[in-house]
Amino acid sequence: MSILSVEDLGIEFGGLKAVDNVSFAVEAGEVFSIIGPNGAGKTTLFNLISGVYTPKHGKVLLEGRDVTGVGPHLLARKGLSRTFQNLQIFFRMTALENVMVGCHRHERMNVFAHLLALPSVARQNEATRAAALTLLSRVGLAAYADTVAGSMPYGALKRLEIARALAADPKVLLLDEPAAGCNPVETEEIDALIHQIAADGVTVVLVEHDMKLVMRISDRLHVLDYGRTLAEGTAETVRRNPDVIAAYLGSHGSKEAARAFG
Amino acid sequence: MSALLNHRLAVPAVLIVLVALLPLVLPSSFYLRIATLVWISAFAVIGLNLLMGYAGQVSLGHAGFFGIGAYAAAVLPAQLGVPGIFAVVIGAVASALIAYLVGRPILRLKGHYLAVATLGFGILVAMVINNEAWITGGPDGIAVASLGIKKLLKSAFGLKVKTAELWYWIAGAMLVVGAWVAVNLVDSPTGRALRAVHDSEIAARVAGIDVARMKLVVFVVSAVYAALAGSALALFNGFITPDTAGFLHSIELVTMVVLGGMGSILGSVVGAAVLVVLPQLLTMFHDYEHLLLGLLMMVFMIFLRAGIVPGLRALVAGRGAA
Ligand SMILES: Nc1ncnc2c1ncn2[C@@H]1O[C@H](COP(=O)(O)OP(=O)(O)O)[C@@H](O)[C@H]1O
Ligand SMILES: [Mg+2]
Repeated sequence: MSILSVEDLGIEFGGLKAVDNVSFAVEAGEVFSIIGPNGAGKTTLFNLISGVYTPKHGKVLLEGRDVTGVGPHLLARKGLSRTFQNLQIFFRMTALENVMVGCHRHERMNVFAHLLALPSVARQNEATRAAALTLLSRVGLAAYADTVAGSMPYGALKRLEIARALAADPKVLLLDEPAAGCNPVETEEIDALIHQIAADGVTVVLVEHDMKLVMRISDRLHVLDYGRTLAEGTAETVRRNPDVIAAYLGSHGSKEAARAFG
Repeated sequence: MSALLNHRLAVPAVLIVLVALLPLVLPSSFYLRIATLVWISAFAVIGLNLLMGYAGQVSLGHAGFFGIGAYAAAVLPAQLGVPGIFAVVIGAVASALIAYLVGRPILRLKGHYLAVATLGFGILVAMVINNEAWITGGPDGIAVASLGIKKLLKSAFGLKVKTAELWYWIAGAMLVVGAWVAVNLVDSPTGRALRAVHDSEIAARVAGIDVARMKLVVFVVSAVYAALAGSALALFNGFITPDTAGFLHSIELVTMVVLGGMGSILGSVVGAAVLVVLPQLLTMFHDYEHLLLGLLMMVFMIFLRAGIVPGLRALVAGRGAA
C-alpha cells in the first residue's frame, strides 16, 4: 500500500483546468518530486492533497484511507504536513514560537487548564519549547530562536517553515519550492536537510525549480504541464523524455531546458 | 531586568502594585470612583484584546455582552429574587452561551464582514433592552440592588467601609485576576494557536489548529470578560441604562484596545485609563472638550501607531540600542 496516492484528481478555476486527471502513488520513505513549468498546477496539486482545496473529482488516499475533502487541520493530525511556496510564516511570533505552533497537534488542548495556568500547562510548554529548540538547531536556526520572524532573512524563513512542518512529526511532508529564492549556499543547506529528513524515514513530496537539486535528490519524478501528467519515472528516464524536454523548451526557452536537463 | 519585565507574571505584578498604591495618592473618593471605572473598563478591554489583539478578530458588538452582564445583575435579583452574586454568574454563563451560539455562524466571516455582523449583534441586544421595558426599565434605565457586602463586612467583622472604597478594591482585585488569567492564556498552547491564526490562518490550519474552534473559544472568553465587567459596573453604580449595551460603548471598548495597544494586556489598562480619565481632565476646557479629546486620540495614533504601550516599549528599546 502506498503511503500517499491520488487518483484522477482534478480541479477547475473558472473553466481553467489547473489540475486535470492526475494520478500517482508515493511509496513510504521515498523522495518523490513533482516538476513542471510555471503554472503547471504543482502548487494547486499540493493544495488539493493538503485539504486546502476540495477537488472537483478524484480521490486523495493517505495510508490507503480516503481523505478527499478532509480539512488541513485533520490531515495534520493524520501525519500530513507541508510548506508554502509563498512563505506563510507567523511574522509577529519568534522563530521558536513558530516552531512551537508546529507542535500543536501533540499538545493537550484543555482551555480551562490554560486559563488557570495549571502545573500541567507549564510542563507542556517546557516540552514543546524543548522540542522546538531541537528542531531549530536541526535546521541551523538556533541562533534566531528569540528573533521575531518578521525580521529574519528570507533564506532563514524558508528553513523555519520546514522546521515548523517537521514539528508536527509528519509521515508525509510536502515541500513547495523550498529552495526558491535561495542563494547557492542556502540551496546546498536545504539539499542536505531534505536528505536528512528522508533518511529519518519521512516521505518527502517535493516541488522544486532547481533541477540540479531535484535530479540529485529524487527517487522518482512526476512531470506536470498545463495540469496534466506528462511523464513519470526516475531522473534518468524523465530527463530523456522528449515530451518533457519539449514542454520546458516551449515555456522557458532552450537555456533553461539545457540548464535543467544538461 | 528585561527578563524580569518579560516574565509572564510581570503585568499582574505591576497591576497589584498599582492598585495597592494608587489610593495613597488619590485625594478623595471622587477619584477613587474614577479609578474604579478604569479598572472595570480595563477588565472588559483585556477580554476584547484577547479577541482583537491576539486572535485578530474584530468585534463591534462587545457592549452587547457587557449589557447582558449588567442587566443580569440588575434584573435577576429584582424580578426573580436571585441573590446578586448568582445573578452575576448567570449573566456570565448566559453571555458565554450566547457568544457560542452567535459566534459559530459569524466567526466564519472575515474583516469588515465580521465587523458588521458583530455590530448587528450589539445593536440587537441594545434594542431588546430598550424595548422590553417591563423587565429592563427601558430607556430610563433600572436601579441595581447592592450585593450587601458592606452589611456583611459590618455584621461579621465589625468593619466599616465606604462604598467607593469597597468597589475600588473589588474592581482592582478583578482586574488583577483578569490580567493573570489573560497572560496565562496567552502563554499556553491556546494562546500560541490564537496568535498563529492572526498571522496566517492557512499555516495555522496546516499545523493542525482547528481555526474555527479557536476563534469560538476566544470569542466566548472575551464575552465572559465583558459580561463580568458589565455586572461590576451595574453593582458599583447602583443604576444602569441601555447605553452600557449600546453601539457607542462598543466603539469605546474597541478604541481602548487600539489606543492602549493591540496584543498588550498592560496596554488594555492604559487604553481604558486614558479614555476614562482624559474626558474628566478635559472638562476644564468646556466647549472644546470633545474637540481636544478627538485631537489627542489622533495624535496618539499618529505617533504611537502600535498603541501607547507597544509604541513606548519600541521607543525605549530603540533608545537602549542606540
Ligand atoms: N485560487 C486560484 N484561483 C484561480 N486560478 C488559480 C488559483 N490557483 C491557481 N490558479 C491557476 O492554476 C494554474 C496552476 O497554478 P499553480 O498550481 O500555482 O502552478 P505552479 O505551482 O505549477 O506554478 C495557474 O494558471 C494559476 O493561475
Ligand atoms: Mg507553485
